[in-house]
Amino acid sequence: MAITLNKITSQRGISVGEATKKIADLGWNPTYVQEASTYPTDYKITKAPRDPMKQVLRSYFPMEEEKDNRVYGALDAALRGDMFRNVEPRWIEWMKLFLAIIPFPEISAARSMAMVARLAPGEELRTGFTMQMVDEFRHSTIQMNLKKWYMENYIDPAGFDITEEAFGKCYATTIGRQFGEGFITGDTMTAACMYLTVVAETAFTNTLFVAMPSEAARNGDYALPTVFLSVQSDESRHIGNGHSLLMAALKEPDNHLLLERDLRYAFWQNHAIVDAAVGTFIEYGTTNRDKDKESYAEMWHRWIFEDYYRTYMLPLEKYGVKVHHDDVQEAWKRIVEKRYVHKVAQFFSVGWPVNFWRIEAQTDKDFEWFEHKYPGWYAEFGEYWKWYEKLSVPGEKILIFNEEVGYVYPHRCWSCLVPCLIREDMVVDTIDGELHTFAHELDRWTAVEAFSDEFQGRPTPAMGKFSGKREWETLYDGWDLADTIKDLNFVREDGKTLVPQPHLRFDDKDMWTLDHVRGHTMVSPLKTLRGMSDTDRAAHIENYRAGFSINPCH
Amino acid sequence: MVATSSSVGSGAAGAATFAGSGSRKYNYFEPRGKRATHYEDVTVDVQPDPERYLIQNWIIEFEGGKGGGAYHKDDTAAKSSNWHEYRAPDQEWERTHYQRQARIETMVQGVVSNARKAGAHKAFDKTWNKILQVHMGAWKHAEFGLGTSLMQAQRYGYTQMINNATLTNSSYKLRLSQDITLFLAEIGMDIDGWDDELGKKSWLEDPIWQGTREAVESIMGSEDYLEQYFATNIIFEPLVGELFRSGFLMQAAAANNDFLTPAVISAAEADYERNLANTIDLMYLLVNDEQYGAHNKAVFQSWVDKHGALADKAANSLQPVWSQAHSKPVSFQDVKTISHERVDQILNELGLSR
Repeated sequence: MAITLNKITSQRGISVGEATKKIADLGWNPTYVQEASTYPTDYKITKAPRDPMKQVLRSYFPMEEEKDNRVYGALDAALRGDMFRNVEPRWIEWMKLFLAIIPFPEISAARSMAMVARLAPGEELRTGFTMQMVDEFRHSTIQMNLKKWYMENYIDPAGFDITEEAFGKCYATTIGRQFGEGFITGDTMTAACMYLTVVAETAFTNTLFVAMPSEAARNGDYALPTVFLSVQSDESRHIGNGHSLLMAALKEPDNHLLLERDLRYAFWQNHAIVDAAVGTFIEYGTTNRDKDKESYAEMWHRWIFEDYYRTYMLPLEKYGVKVHHDDVQEAWKRIVEKRYVHKVAQFFSVGWPVNFWRIEAQTDKDFEWFEHKYPGWYAEFGEYWKWYEKLSVPGEKILIFNEEVGYVYPHRCWSCLVPCLIREDMVVDTIDGELHTFAHELDRWTAVEAFSDEFQGRPTPAMGKFSGKREWETLYDGWDLADTIKDLNFVREDGKTLVPQPHLRFDDKDMWTLDHVRGHTMVSPLKTLRGMSDTDRAAHIENYRAGFSINPCH
Repeated sequence: MVATSSSVGSGAAGAATFAGSGSRKYNYFEPRGKRATHYEDVTVDVQPDPERYLIQNWIIEFEGGKGGGAYHKDDTAAKSSNWHEYRAPDQEWERTHYQRQARIETMVQGVVSNARKAGAHKAFDKTWNKILQVHMGAWKHAEFGLGTSLMQAQRYGYTQMINNATLTNSSYKLRLSQDITLFLAEIGMDIDGWDDELGKKSWLEDPIWQGTREAVESIMGSEDYLEQYFATNIIFEPLVGELFRSGFLMQAAAANNDFLTPAVISAAEADYERNLANTIDLMYLLVNDEQYGAHNKAVFQSWVDKHGALADKAANSLQPVWSQAHSKPVSFQDVKTISHERVDQILNELGLSR
């Protein structure tokens, strides 16, 4: 019998469990000076959570370096393989929006680890949070690198070149701000555990980081899957962190009401924001109309309904947390029956002049696929996209101001910041005496009841509050559209051609300039609504809820 | 496959020329040098604020609106006329960070594993074994405390550049604390009578370590993120950290037949050089700020006074450790003199003194 190298070289080591135990013992209770307080929470956690992953830094760093080597090697290979010659611009253009948003939520997640690290007693899970902090630093900078790589190699770099500035200014990225700031602001447990880890990472990163890369690959983009599947491979540890802290919070019956509130808020708002953005990228950013592939709705059912709701959320009831099943059903209904994603895509394209990427019209081939996957789609959206195509030529009257089309610009939801696109669901309410519009009753509940200093009679002083100029349209109320675009800096280096274009024609003669869009005045729907008499306002709301019809495009 | 959605049948750079088709650099920030570095491209403005691009202002606020938005300038007593100016000299982003950390971990594990195979511990001086358990075992808690303190601090800086430099500093400290923990646990398996609990006991109870614990807890307890960063790298590290790591462990180990400890600790000294450079550059900007330089100098001086006194007390309490080793290649007084020269040089860069 041969003796193996392993037998000669092996030596006794410490087990992973023992290593984790020793590292967890690095912490102590300070006696000279108490640790600095972090942001407040209304939760109380007395049970020390366990670290389910039991990983230590000496295995973590080499593992991540290896992942990086694969990512960067793949990017080099993509260039050698001339990936960009075959990549679909329809897809890459949407990456200007997606990659403008995502590095901020990622780095916010790193910051939020400081907030959750000391919420619970014990040091074991703190090690897990430490690694998550470094992971999120990885995700943020690896995504900035990917975007730079697109900018350097893709046919039209405009929009990538202004990316972080655009993120702070655009009427579409504002929903990504709500997502990212939600991780780091407000009650610490609500923000950094429930909204970020328990819902965003556990449920919605599957659509973000798994479903979306599949669609990228179908459009000749092998870079996004490489980067994002690598990112997703870190998420399982984050999901473990969130679940462990959630289990520790569950031990205190006093937390149950807050957990019910936060699960409700986080699920609904993640649905409203992530499904709006990712659903649009996947369904409208693709050129692949294979009828055998899953639609976003089908993927949602698999990832969110079956995987998350049935196997993660539902069991929480056993521990005494009320789960709002109706909310999940309602989100599902919005996706399949109320055509949420399609209305968002329509909204993003209506506002193309104040975006910073190109959006191409959907065409006959797309229509057929949409009708196959979402029966009735053509009757509702077919004429709209024909108008969009027709009005994509410079000199045509811009779609958003073109009365012939019949589109009614929507009110903005004060809670999720996605507009009130399912018209019949819009509700209004007041906060501190000021009127606001909401996309759904649950959005109203979020802003008015959940984000309040009292919840169902219980004081919640740590809870955050929605603030700022949340209705983007308020910023440019009364401005000329051309001046708005200039102020946004969404103008190319020649000083006149717009960054956004409603087509994928890469020729100066086809491109819109400031002169083409001048002469239209921007209006804030919210300001207008607030300025109405009570009677007019009631009539306006009724009319709004009744919806609109797109006129036939001749 | 052809790019069907492209009017020119390709999605590649250069396939067509039109307005903006050559704009292939991030153009929304001023690079520190002639052209932006890779670090700047992946770092600058990723954490935005109302001064740089958030035209809607902060959109969520803490504590029902009483606690302000996501980031506040007054989370530190220091002031700046331009918080966005700072760039970390180590230019760290994820790839360089993992490369460096992974290299260190591989090196440390290689050294420890080979030494154990060779039975290196058999040559260790018996008294030195005790020092490793009690004092190096205590030191790992100091590194951990600084690491968690910096983890806290990286939430509060007003820009991405400040917070990422603080984050990587935290990551380096936490790695070292774990390296020491696992190193001691592993060599302990080969040495009879080894007690891994002695380090923590010493950290919590031994008078030798109480000054250090107080100094570290004072940094951990600061509500000012910049004070945490300043006190760690400008004061504690030269006066206590380098004193103990370089001035004792690195030098006394070899003389006591232990060539393992210097290998584990050496990485920390290189970590500190980077973290020190990052910190000095930031503080330098602040003390030379045209508008707030004088204010910042006064604030920093108060931190020097407060944390300097704690660090002096900590260092002096450690003195007996130097005489416990069987072989004593360096004296406490000599390394203390060196550490004072070092801190004076650092403070001199910033126009501060002790």
